[in-house]
Amino acid sequence: MALLEIRNLRVEFDTAAGPFRALDGVDYTVEGGEVLAIVGESGSGKSVAMLAVMGLLPDSATVSADLMAFEGIDLRAMPAAERRKVIGKDIAMIFQEPIASLNPCFTVGFQLDEVLKAHTSLSRKERKDRVIELLESVGIPDPLRRVSAFPHQMSGGQCQRVMIAIATACAPKLLIADEPTTALDVTIQKQILDLLTDMQRDTGMGLIMITHDMGVVAETADRVVVQYKGKQMETADVLTLFENPSHPYTKALLSALPENATGDRLPTVADYEAMMQADVREVQP
Amino acid sequence: MSDPILKVRDLKRDYVISGGMFGKTKLLHAVKGVSFDVARGSTLAVVGESGCGKSTLARMLTMIDPPTSGTIEIDGETIDITSHGITREMRQAVQIVFQNPYGSLNPRQKIGAVLEEPLLLNTSMSAAERRDAALAMLEKVGLPPAHYGRYPHMFSGGQRQRVAIARAIMLRPKLLVLDEPVSALDLSVQAQILNLLRDLQDEFDLTYVFISHDLSVVRYIADEVMVMYFGEAVEHGTRDQVFSDPQHDYTKTLFAATPRADVESIKKRLAAKSAA
Repeated sequence: MALLEIRNLRVEFDTAAGPFRALDGVDYTVEGGEVLAIVGESGSGKSVAMLAVMGLLPDSATVSADLMAFEGIDLRAMPAAERRKVIGKDIAMIFQEPIASLNPCFTVGFQLDEVLKAHTSLSRKERKDRVIELLESVGIPDPLRRVSAFPHQMSGGQCQRVMIAIATACAPKLLIADEPTTALDVTIQKQILDLLTDMQRDTGMGLIMITHDMGVVAETADRVVVQYKGKQMETADVLTLFENPSHPYTKALLSALPENATGDRLPTVADYEAMMQADVREVQP
Repeated sequence: MSDPILKVRDLKRDYVISGGMFGKTKLLHAVKGVSFDVARGSTLAVVGESGCGKSTLARMLTMIDPPTSGTIEIDGETIDITSHGITREMRQAVQIVFQNPYGSLNPRQKIGAVLEEPLLLNTSMSAAERRDAALAMLEKVGLPPAHYGRYPHMFSGGQRQRVAIARAIMLRPKLLVLDEPVSALDLSVQAQILNLLRDLQDEFDLTYVFISHDLSVVRYIADEVMVMYFGEAVEHGTRDQVFSDPQHDYTKTLFAATPRADVESIKKRLAAKSAA
């Protein structure tokens, strides 16, 4: 049984100009212990899909799917109270802006403690020890002192570490990371990616990496879903995708990487658009 | 180097940090004595992580902030904005493009007005001439003339960055400082903007100081590379020198941290993972 299985997910937003379809019939399957990367540019619906799983979309969104199951249980059929027990405990999520995701008014220790209070039956003393332990596990130096630090007293990389500590506080079975390193320097990015993949390997949790960076995909993923304008272009294991991309859009994305530049000019997605239209026509009966 | 357009010698910049009501003030050395030359029509890439002083350097080159000590010489003229002012011609010679195309355009100004403002302030062109120049520039950066009357919120990030670049070259500067111009953009849009910068460099004989933390972009666009670390230039050489044989430890760390998207490294990673 797959950890997360989604079939034919559609998300529509009500806008002043009528309904806007952000996601149009996408499928995802994540097995336990697997790293799935969802890659696409802005507007491809990669974040919307996972926000739908977490139930974090605004009221203006209409979500429909044939199946949206976590460990075989359909998330939509769950009563709200049941779902809240799963979200934040078994499924956790971290976001792009680590400094904005933390509450500036409370210490990081307090914010970590909140998660434990909500989802575990540990005593105050046990929680306090666990908070220190968690900060240590994500590589925060001097956790005894840092526990009473406010988010603004920490760097972006350290805040992202705290976010990871909060997300992994209850040993989730699935961690969703939405562009976790986009706002960070390349050396810090490396540290955060290493931390995430090490934790994934040690705990055997499923990991979904949402990213627009093909480099991050190459460094972390087992399997990759490529999205474009709300539609799924290609699903493949990471080696096949880079060695032998089958969809023109994937080819376009890979050739737009500056390190793959052959001549003086970088090919852009526009160069592939004619090919993509031909491809879409082929699919239509 | 023949014909350097920009000569920087031992440039320093300190910031005074207030220690609060009773604390002592502290001096932060943001740039600690940097020297380099840039040849006309070439691209110097400045690489480093946040806090290494690369944006402070950009602010000094564009005459926004004065240096604490050291000299900047542009096209043979020494720049000193503290003692004896600066001529209009000098100000026009250097322009800057910022990282965030959402923050660097006035939301209440139409694109046409954005492009015409530099001309209005610095030249005696008539309104009709300014309009023609703005329309011609829109075409050069790959935007249709219909965009002349639109507001910034109607544009995507890539289009806004095109507008910001267009505004920067309206006055035909000699030197263009690009402060992380593509790091807020999607991959395919990034490719378009990099292509555009190449074309414009050829057409207007522009010299670029390209500030970036993305080594793959730097490798694509730069002729020379300077690596900064804690306010010092720790490595400076041609692109091929720096990329094929990095000398300083920090440069090596930077290379090691850059994600690799080639098939060989993926194979290596997967092999290591299945062995573990």
